[in-house]
Amino acid sequence: MQVEVTVNGQAKSADVEPRTLLVHFLRDELGLTGTNVGCDTSSCGACTVHIGGESVKSCTVLAVQARGEDITTIEGMASDGVLHPMQQAFMECHGLQCGYCTPGMVMAATSLLSENPSPTEADVREGLEGNLCRCTGYHNIVKAVLQASGGQS
Amino acid sequence: MIPAAFDYVEVDSAEAAIAALGQHGDEAKLMAGGHSLLPLMKFRLASPSVVIDIGRIADLSYINDAGDHVAIGALTKHRAVETNELLKSQVPMLAHVASQVGDPSVRHRGTIGGSIAHGDPASDLPAALLALGGSVVAKGPNGDRVIPAADLFTGFLETAVASDEMLTEIRVPKAAGAGWSYQKFNRRAQDWASVGVAAVRNNGASGVALVNMGPTPVVATAVQDALASGADVEAAAALAADGMSPPDDLNGDPAYRAHLAQVLVKRALTEAAA
Repeated sequence: MQVEVTVNGQAKSADVEPRTLLVHFLRDELGLTGTNVGCDTSSCGACTVHIGGESVKSCTVLAVQARGEDITTIEGMASDGVLHPMQQAFMECHGLQCGYCTPGMVMAATSLLSENPSPTEADVREGLEGNLCRCTGYHNIVKAVLQASGGQS
Repeated sequence: MIPAAFDYVEVDSAEAAIAALGQHGDEAKLMAGGHSLLPLMKFRLASPSVVIDIGRIADLSYINDAGDHVAIGALTKHRAVETNELLKSQVPMLAHVASQVGDPSVRHRGTIGGSIAHGDPASDLPAALLALGGSVVAKGPNGDRVIPAADLFTGFLETAVASDEMLTEIRVPKAAGAGWSYQKFNRRAQDWASVGVAAVRNNGASGVALVNMGPTPVVATAVQDALASGADVEAAAALAADGMSPPDDLNGDPAYRAHLAQVLVKRALTEAAA
């Protein structure tokens, strides 16, 4: 089945089986391997991307369900070699250790700020509850999100 | 994990979905946000040969004031329920319970109709619907019928919505001044409830429903009856596990869950009365 989507501003298309998961479509068909597969059960958030600007877990979306949608992955966050403010904040606050959860964290965190531009620390912790960091580096992740929001860090 | 192969059918109306169900029979499943069905398919616990994608039906995502109740389109996302001002003022428990489903990314995809039609005894919204005394609309080949929540959950992951019907609307009575509480006990953030309690107290009437205390979302009939007979919170809560058959899993054995239900019902009734 033909799946046509806009990914990071570019029209993309591939012929896939209906059972193809969005995360596999992005990684295997489009070569966008920044989106990771972690738990594969919609718990860990490593596979978080945006559909229409909202965070979703791409391991629990069929590629065919995303037809015609506007998808953003971690590869679409920086522009012209300049990191997205959230990526910059993660770098400055040491918001990553092994880095495996980071693409999903950045995508979930930017979705969070689009809904709540001035979150409290509690808002950030609750807003990221669907994203697990097995290095347990949450402290600096929360700090980075608060810095990116312009709030206390 | 990848689901077993299936044929994909996309429909643009409830009528088309029902026609597709009629054509494909029991082997077909409706998929909205996919956040209940797709995990089961990935684990190969469900292998429908046809998936009917209802996620793009445009006119089934709404939250409307319908006089004595609020009408919610089946395809309304949890996130929309959680943040809706009408629900927050008229049925605040439902907005709150929607905010307890999964995590924000899950709530961007999952729908209230999908969650309720799935009928998982461990999920949050069915118990809220039971405690609120709500109902659902099932559309079939012969038109619409209203199913009270109390008659909806018939067995493990089974509902009174027939295989040729589609759940199209959820109705919840307005209860702006009612006391309410939702108690969800889990051991890790975003886990299913080990046990949960939804309680509503309104002018002497009480609705109490339990999460994960049996094969279906279930009304705590003994608790409700005791309250109706004038029992105090302590005495009513002691009956929380009466008639229940709680599951046995890594989060707790039946005796633990029975005790937990008593504790949580007491907390819920106390909070709802405050």
